[in-house]
Amino acid sequence: MSNVKKKKMSELDRKVAFGNLRDFALTLGKIAILTGVGYVILSPLIGMFVNSIASTKDIYNPMMFILPADPGLDKYRLVIERMDYFRTIGADLIYTITLTLLQLLVCSMVGYGFARFNFKGKNILFACVVVMIVIPPHTVMLPLYMTFKNFNLLGLVTLIHGSPVNLMSTVAPMYLMTALGCGVRSGLYIYIFNQFFRGLPKEIEEAAFVDGAGVWYTYFRIMLVNAMPSVITVTVFSLVWQFNDVFYANLFLISENVVISKKISSLAGVIANQDKILNVTIQEQYVDAGILLILLPIILLYLLLQKQFIEGAERSGIVG
Amino acid sequence: MAELAKRPRRPRSKSSLLQKRDRKGYLFILPWVAGFLIFYVRSIVMTLQFSFSELTMDAAAGGYQLRFVGPENFLYAFRVHASFKQILTTSVLDMVVDVPLIIFFSLFIAMLLNKKFPGKGIVRAIFFLPVILNSGAITAAMDLSATMMNGGVTSQVTEMAAAGATTSSVAFSMDYLIDMFVSLGIPAKLLDYMVAAVDRINDIILASGVQIVIFIAALQSIPSSLYEVARIEGATGYETFWKVTFPMVMPHIITNIVYTIVDSYTESDVVDLAYQTAFGEFNYGLSSVFSLVSTIVTCLILVLVCGYIQKRTFYYT
Repeated sequence: MSNVKKKKMSELDRKVAFGNLRDFALTLGKIAILTGVGYVILSPLIGMFVNSIASTKDIYNPMMFILPADPGLDKYRLVIERMDYFRTIGADLIYTITLTLLQLLVCSMVGYGFARFNFKGKNILFACVVVMIVIPPHTVMLPLYMTFKNFNLLGLVTLIHGSPVNLMSTVAPMYLMTALGCGVRSGLYIYIFNQFFRGLPKEIEEAAFVDGAGVWYTYFRIMLVNAMPSVITVTVFSLVWQFNDVFYANLFLISENVVISKKISSLAGVIANQDKILNVTIQEQYVDAGILLILLPIILLYLLLQKQFIEGAERSGIVG
Repeated sequence: MAELAKRPRRPRSKSSLLQKRDRKGYLFILPWVAGFLIFYVRSIVMTLQFSFSELTMDAAAGGYQLRFVGPENFLYAFRVHASFKQILTTSVLDMVVDVPLIIFFSLFIAMLLNKKFPGKGIVRAIFFLPVILNSGAITAAMDLSATMMNGGVTSQVTEMAAAGATTSSVAFSMDYLIDMFVSLGIPAKLLDYMVAAVDRINDIILASGVQIVIFIAALQSIPSSLYEVARIEGATGYETFWKVTFPMVMPHIITNIVYTIVDSYTESDVVDLAYQTAFGEFNYGLSSVFSLVSTIVTCLILVLVCGYIQKRTFYYT
């Protein structure tokens, strides 16, 4: 009797032990996959960082791997000077952040309009939002270029100014497009806000309506405050994509003193020209330092917002 | 009573208030409607117009002139142009190979990241990093650096920076492995796809940042009661995935496919070609043709794929 019981016990023990082993193996596999993929993502950053802090001696030392023997930040000093880093990054951040705020305001308004009002033609108009997401900006790049080169909105500009104005190489086209809900990936943000507002309970608005709040008051003071998860999601997306955008910046010939990522393509040339560093391997170190400097503010911003972003993305309208 | 009856009645008292409110909805969407008409509708019409004409810039007046040439640009693009057809096909093929891989990879990673484990926040932050790093100018600079430094003294660092762009450091030959699989009787077509997939793993990882975020959000929104039921009924992990998780994330797979296709089209070579033709060779008509044709092809793929999946999608209400 006791023998059978003992056998059973040991079987159970074995099951538990094997279960633990299986769990352990699964966890190990999971860690391996995540570390591997994480390394693939981080390796360009690590490589660039190592390359940018290594001294000239290290660069020619074939034994050097990951840890330079003689690290230094002198490359950064020169790059900061040559890129006029602080002024440019300041201008770029102002440009990016104001555009993001504009995106937030306009897209949340449009999203709210679609989510909570039943006007005629709503479905057709919303289909147009989806069309806008799907049609890439490249399809319309030429007409946009023409439009802003001789900017004459319905003849209004001629009325005031006398002749069409050339808005190329200014930031005006970007602000105009964003203010009218057609900026960088605005369609997607409208969609996210629309999905989120549709998910909010109607009772909040009804209460506000009964208490005599107007639609604008309801929207600004009640709905927008409740839409925090979406606001954060859209803020992160918009900051990142606006900061990284070179397509519109190239199309509208926006100055590289405003869009800092345009400077990276000319950095090697500037270094070669002004500092007579003609060795490509060493130029490369400066370019890497420049890339890291450009990425720095946006990575910092992301790290600041990332907790709210990941939590918020789960509750925002991103999945409907 | 009589006085009350005499009072002029306001027409449609309650519904008019609500209707009035609804009409204010137009105010909310007004900016976007204006923008859509000015920047999109007008632009698409102009692109169509350009594609059927020869466009000459008029530098003095600051305008441009159009000369109608009929379908000449289209004929040129398809019959004469050296690389358009080839670039279009490779772009489309790349898209077709990449999209399923990206979708499955990001779903897989999202499932790994969805569970609780120490350091979850940091790992999730790392997986979103490619979206941040994916800046046109910076990618271009990194590509440039990779080609410039290939085979240089510091090839180790470069290889890391290029992150698997070269396979020269692999100690054994890929061909040996491929031969082995072929002799095992695995269909050549499937093997080709697998090799292509392994070859592109770096691109796939870097392209799935947003998709992972969307899938994590989707997984979070699945009610836990479904998993409880599955566990009580004795379903294995495998069954739970195919019977609960997969159907529940199905609607988001469509979202992700749309996003992936649009994203990969935006970064494809066709777009570069159109840009080059317009601003490098100043052939605006031809560039419009490239844009139009590739957009139509992409939209066709989108409609086909989404239509196919939509029919098989289960909507949990």
